[in-house]
Amino acid sequence: MSLDFDSARLSNPHLTAEHEEWRSQIRRFIEREVMPFAAEWDEAGKVPDELWPKAAEIGILGLGYPEAYGGITEGIDAWYINIMTEELSRVGVGGIFASLLIHGIGLPPVLNFASEAIKQEVAPPVLDGRKRISLGITEPSGGSDVASLLTTAKHEGDYYIVNGSKTFISGGMYANWVSTAVRTGGEGPAGISMLLIPMDLEGVSRTALDRKQGWWCSDTATIYFDNVKVPIGNLIGKEGQGFKVIMNNFNSERMSMVVQMEAYSRVCLEEAVNWAQQRKTFGKRLADHQVIRHKIAEMKQRINACQAMIQHCTREIIAGSVNAGDLAMLKVQCSQTMEFCAREASQILGGASYLRDNRVERIYREVRVQAIGGGSEEIMRDLASRQYGL
Amino acid sequence: MKILVAVKRVVDYNVKVRPKSDGTDVDIANVKMSINPFCEIAVEEAVRLKEKGVATEIIAISMGPKQAQEQVRTALALGADRGILVESDEDLQPLAIAKMLKAIVEKESPDLVILGKQAIDGDNNQTGQMLGALTSMPQGTFASEVNVADGRVSVTREIDGGLQTVNLSLPAIVTTDLRLNEPRYASLPNIMKAKRKPMDTFTPEDLGVDATPRVKTLSVEPPAERKAGIKVADVAELVDKLKNEAKVI
Ligand SMILES: Cc1cc2nc3c(=O)[nH]c(=O)nc-3n(C[C@H](O)[C@H](O)[C@H](O)COP(=O)(O)OP(=O)(O)OC[C@H]3O[C@@H](n4cnc5c(N)ncnc54)[C@H](O)[C@@H]3O)c2cc1C
Repeated sequence: MSLDFDSARLSNPHLTAEHEEWRSQIRRFIEREVMPFAAEWDEAGKVPDELWPKAAEIGILGLGYPEAYGGITEGIDAWYINIMTEELSRVGVGGIFASLLIHGIGLPPVLNFASEAIKQEVAPPVLDGRKRISLGITEPSGGSDVASLLTTAKHEGDYYIVNGSKTFISGGMYANWVSTAVRTGGEGPAGISMLLIPMDLEGVSRTALDRKQGWWCSDTATIYFDNVKVPIGNLIGKEGQGFKVIMNNFNSERMSMVVQMEAYSRVCLEEAVNWAQQRKTFGKRLADHQVIRHKIAEMKQRINACQAMIQHCTREIIAGSVNAGDLAMLKVQCSQTMEFCAREASQILGGASYLRDNRVERIYREVRVQAIGGGSEEIMRDLASRQYGL
Repeated sequence: MKILVAVKRVVDYNVKVRPKSDGTDVDIANVKMSINPFCEIAVEEAVRLKEKGVATEIIAISMGPKQAQEQVRTALALGADRGILVESDEDLQPLAIAKMLKAIVEKESPDLVILGKQAIDGDNNQTGQMLGALTSMPQGTFASEVNVADGRVSVTREIDGGLQTVNLSLPAIVTTDLRLNEPRYASLPNIMKAKRKPMDTFTPEDLGVDATPRVKTLSVEPPAERKAGIKVADVAELVDKLKNEAKVI
């Protein structure tokens, strides 16, 4: 048995022939349309706009969204989404995921809580790849403590007047809309609402955070709101319900992140094994040195644990609800596994892993954003402790 | 017009295969399998003919183990209307396959049979031609362009030194070369729709064909490892080595 990306995947009795077919088609798509250019896009700092409609065509953008808005739900379950996430991560360029699929965190609040008119306006062009939507929670004053956010929206007649700023907004430079957390009421979580802010309104300006450790081809923005007049119809959910909308969103974001992280770990394993079986030092293959064999075995051990838990949480999601504490702990487990595997694969590749344009080097640079974004390891443990009623 | 397309289940072109430890065959346990790339081109051509309004029905057929129905399903997801699986765990060789195809041709009377010019596992490049001989249908092999008009098909063939165009009366056989088209991806909704398309299953016996292999593989071994190259200082040294070491000039 070998340890490549496919053979290092645990069996899953829930996958049908259609799931496998979806994996085959999406892999073909990625092998042809993404893989050969991915490193180039990363260096250039941008994913070409043409990728969006292509990804919409095969079903990547609409996957799991209601058919009434151009999505695909018939016969779809969470495994299809995991497969897509896994295959896209296999490329080993995190920024592609963070730009192409950023609507994965921006759009659900709209579809779950906005008015029908707003859904009709926003969802179809996002799902067919013509327009983009991001999610704006984090502010210069902080991201972990969502309940303390400072951006305000004052109700005046038919409008909210928005003032403040958001930062670290993925996809923010090109977004047409941002689902934005704002303070409409008093202090604390009860004062927060979600508002869909079109980026072409007067008073909106943005600057790029374009020198990042990783996610090079994903644009990240700081967005400033200076007396921006947003129609009240753009409210997502009810006033004061924003915190609920945000928390509701986090589970699917985290599920996506854990699948990405496990896949990145598996890419590191694959690259490390390939190298260890070829490279000779001290008269034998690297794979024949006990120290290296144990590194590889430990990578696989940790990856196995992530996979088993991902399958567990996915089954819970399909059954109706996932334990948020367990999912938070899975996120920590996956970021630690990814960190470990990126480190060990780098050690096994040696100097070669330090040169750009290989998947291990790129994944090494993507560890921190996964360990911090979408709820940091510290916050995840805190959340889980509270969920477990400590 | 009815088109029959043949699709073969082969090891995915991305997989680096290894011989089994006993050297009897290539090890395909737990290896990713796909449609043979040339067959994919055949399906694409059929689907394009249907989209142009030339063809009305596309039947995709595969012969092989039960799992080969996955490849038939892929063809259905790409646009074929119904599928046929001839199920057999034998090592199916070109002549047996051509005989089974002939039986299906007699059943279905397609106007056009499109196959890949060869499969990337055995690289035999025989099935289309054998089917031509067995059925007495005209054949246009190694196609890089296919046009159907007025009850005939004109096929541009990639031959040594250039292109040759043959004009065949229907029904006819076409085998595809790499440059014929670029196959599409099956979208997720089409994968789902393919589930509901009909698929018939036969055995070689149902078709009156004895599928026992005629050719025996004696041994399979990996190609010799490529030795590291050397750098030569100048043209004189290169010529010297070509003459005296490699002995090629
Ligand atoms: C590349 C990138 C893209 C991003 N994209 C988006 C996006 O699209 N939309 C969006 O809204 N945000 C986005 N973020 C922001 C991300 O969600 C935040 O960085 C994250 O929530 C942490 O917030 P912070 O950086 O402000 O750190 P802080 O909240 O200031 O925390 C700093 C550190 O202290 C720790 N800490 C904080 N509170 C506690 C505590 N109570 N106990 C123990 N430790 C604590 C944290 O774990 C962290 O390590 C992105 C971030 C990055 C890096």
